[in-house]
Amino acid sequence: MGEVKKHDTPLLDELKSGPWPSFVDDIYNYAEKHKKQAGFDILGQMELSYKNKETHWKHGGIVGVFGYGGGVIGRYSDQQEKFPAIWAFHTVRVNQPAAKWYHTSALRKLCDLWDHRGSGIMNFHGSTGDIILLGTVTEQLEYIFYDLTHQLKMDLGGSGSNLRTPECCVGMSRCEWSCIDTQDIIYELTMQFQDELHRPAFPYKFKIKVSGCPNDCVAAIARADFSIIGTWRDDIKIDQEAVRAYVGGELKPNAGAHSDRDWGPFDIKKEVIDLCPTKCMFWDEGQKKLYINNRECNRCMHCINVMPEALRPGDDRGATILMGAKAPILEGAQLSTVIVPFMKLEPPYDNLKNLIYKVWDYWMENGKNRERLGETIQRIGLNRFIVDVLGLKPIPQHVREPRSNPYIFWKEEEVEGGWTRDVAEFRRRHPA
Amino acid sequence: MSERPERPDPIYFEPYDPTLAEKLYNPQKPMENRITDIGPPHYWQFLPPVIQRNYGKWKSHEILQPGVLKYKSETGDVVYVVRCGTPRLETTDYIREICEIADKYCDGYVRWTTRNNVEFHVTDEEKLRALIEDLKSRKMPGGAYKFPIGGTGASVTNIVHTQGWIHCHTAAIDASGVVKAIMDELFDYFGSHKLPAQVRIALACCINMCGAVHCSDIAVVGIHRKPPLIEDDRLEKVCEIPLVIASCPLGAIKPATVEVEGQKRKTVRVNVDRCMFCGNCYTMCPAMPISDGQGDGLAVVVGGKVSNRITPPRFSKVVIPYIPNEPPRWPTAVKWIKKILEVYSQHANKYERIGDWIERIGWERFFELTEIPFTWHLIDDYRLAYDTYRTSMHFKFTNHVETMVDFE
Repeated sequence: MGEVKKHDTPLLDELKSGPWPSFVDDIYNYAEKHKKQAGFDILGQMELSYKNKETHWKHGGIVGVFGYGGGVIGRYSDQQEKFPAIWAFHTVRVNQPAAKWYHTSALRKLCDLWDHRGSGIMNFHGSTGDIILLGTVTEQLEYIFYDLTHQLKMDLGGSGSNLRTPECCVGMSRCEWSCIDTQDIIYELTMQFQDELHRPAFPYKFKIKVSGCPNDCVAAIARADFSIIGTWRDDIKIDQEAVRAYVGGELKPNAGAHSDRDWGPFDIKKEVIDLCPTKCMFWDEGQKKLYINNRECNRCMHCINVMPEALRPGDDRGATILMGAKAPILEGAQLSTVIVPFMKLEPPYDNLKNLIYKVWDYWMENGKNRERLGETIQRIGLNRFIVDVLGLKPIPQHVREPRSNPYIFWKEEEVEGGWTRDVAEFRRRHPA
Repeated sequence: MSERPERPDPIYFEPYDPTLAEKLYNPQKPMENRITDIGPPHYWQFLPPVIQRNYGKWKSHEILQPGVLKYKSETGDVVYVVRCGTPRLETTDYIREICEIADKYCDGYVRWTTRNNVEFHVTDEEKLRALIEDLKSRKMPGGAYKFPIGGTGASVTNIVHTQGWIHCHTAAIDASGVVKAIMDELFDYFGSHKLPAQVRIALACCINMCGAVHCSDIAVVGIHRKPPLIEDDRLEKVCEIPLVIASCPLGAIKPATVEVEGQKRKTVRVNVDRCMFCGNCYTMCPAMPISDGQGDGLAVVVGGKVSNRITPPRFSKVVIPYIPNEPPRWPTAVKWIKKILEVYSQHANKYERIGDWIERIGWERFFELTEIPFTWHLIDDYRLAYDTYRTSMHFKFTNHVETMVDFE
């Protein structure tokens, strides 16, 4: 590397101070140390954005690696003369290992690759979960891909109208509440759906996320077209001794989550029994015993969160499958809707894979351009999606409440005698 | 179940060869030596031995202090976790420093959370203490902590966010800079447990909302406020006009033919009265730029959540329709976010998320307590707006209500 050219960035420099880690300081240190012009140029262009209050990236740009239709986002500066080192600044999405565990040997090697072939700037991680390598030129893309696959045994993530990189919570690797093996499910699905991940053939993006329990730490219900959330069907397991320890103040409620404020002594009635959304719990003060009417429990997790030493999800575990979440663009935000209330998930998860294929078959055929699954479901009606498309039985769990209007699209075969009627016959009964 | 490789693949211990790809890739024969569809590395090889041994056997956990957790297994094993905030936008040197720490204390294993925190795992208390001291001591030249410890329990944990001006072509606001400004101001809440419940903050730099911030306790969303420009001389060359027309959720775009320098050009016209500034047309058509330094800025939404705890997941609601872009530190946005957080902290019950608190006291009380001006912009007029109208007598007489005596 020869001489590097620095730019004045008085506005950005103000982001070096303050206690939160500063990306400005980090990028400057890196650029100085490695004599990377891209580091200086990216901050130079960012400074210009801070001055003009507008982005300085051109619209899109289709680039990629041979045989894949996604995984690389093209990006070009609209200030190429001022900032030549970032004239092209493409993003490479790298599929993260499930639950984002790493060994430093792999991370260091990835860093070496990115120093050599890119800007050295990255995101750990992108919103969807990928490792994001920010900033390279078109000529490097194939080499980066060869390095990833040959030297790192890594592959690209999704982008565009394809399956986006599936993501999960920490799951069984470190959480006592995970009712399903989120990491194994995500790994299996990602391997099964490599073609859908790399070669866009969908009406729009499709996201799959797996959370181990209804706390939903990957926000599956808010973000994923296909949300898999662990749950259980039998009784919450109670350790009455530990319950008494919470009541007696020996154990800290909510694992100590409220430690920096004096909320007074733990009050099981006020903090657990009364907050239970289904009012299915009872604390017998005399007996010092907790009762749960599990039939009425809706598994919100509150009592388990408050008393993790005492309460645990039951043993009959599986997942609820919900579908259709998306951000507001375009018809408004949607949360996922319950489709399959309870599904057993055991390797190799064929039931789950088949359900996903079934949804894709329909959506690929019938979804409009840039229509998310949730919008397709709305357009055709949840009832038709459940009954006609998936062949499932409609049940009250599918809705919060039944419809309030009687404008029902009756099917002809449901109506006695069908719809073909004889008007002359009608008029014989009812002269006009 | 997929086969579980017990140790990291030996390939990771071989040094990176910067010349290998040039030897393998042949532009004339692009299929030569090409490996495809191998998917991500198997997760199991990256799990520390204590995690492998106790996979699916964890029994309970405890937060020893903000940012420090202890997990107990049915096997009797224990693992301690230290959680640190990161900027998410970072360099390879920052990642290498994480590696150095992980090598020193954690046998080289490390993980990230969904919310951009990094987590270090140790199995004995002495190492835990040394690790915490080490992390606290690491600072950037400008004085910032490199690895602030926190983000557990009733705290403000790290902000999930999008790219902003560092990389996005549709961004109405920056992302990393706004996040830095907010987290600097709320820093004390990251490393403590003094809020009524956890507060999840998110940021999206335009309403495409990559990463879906629409179910957060508090979120910042970049918005545009001027209709798109139309480059008549370029549009037909770079855009598919029917797709552009179809892209408008309000049907505000229609085809048009105009004369540019004596030549007939196919283009479009926008009915600006119907434009809601979503920018979807620009996503479809580069000749309709919508960003504007004066028009763009951010909206603040509050009260959403993802967890099913006590109440169902719910959407965030717009409480501030617009705050101008104020780089580098966005003081007005930061001020309001802090105000919302502190009013909530003062008034909510234990375990009550922001949305649950507002549900209990009513939105009218929320606006009164926070002193956020309520304006017409906050009354929904998009799809399903009727669901938000008040169709009952159940409301409170907050300072918004003026007694109507005369009506002219």
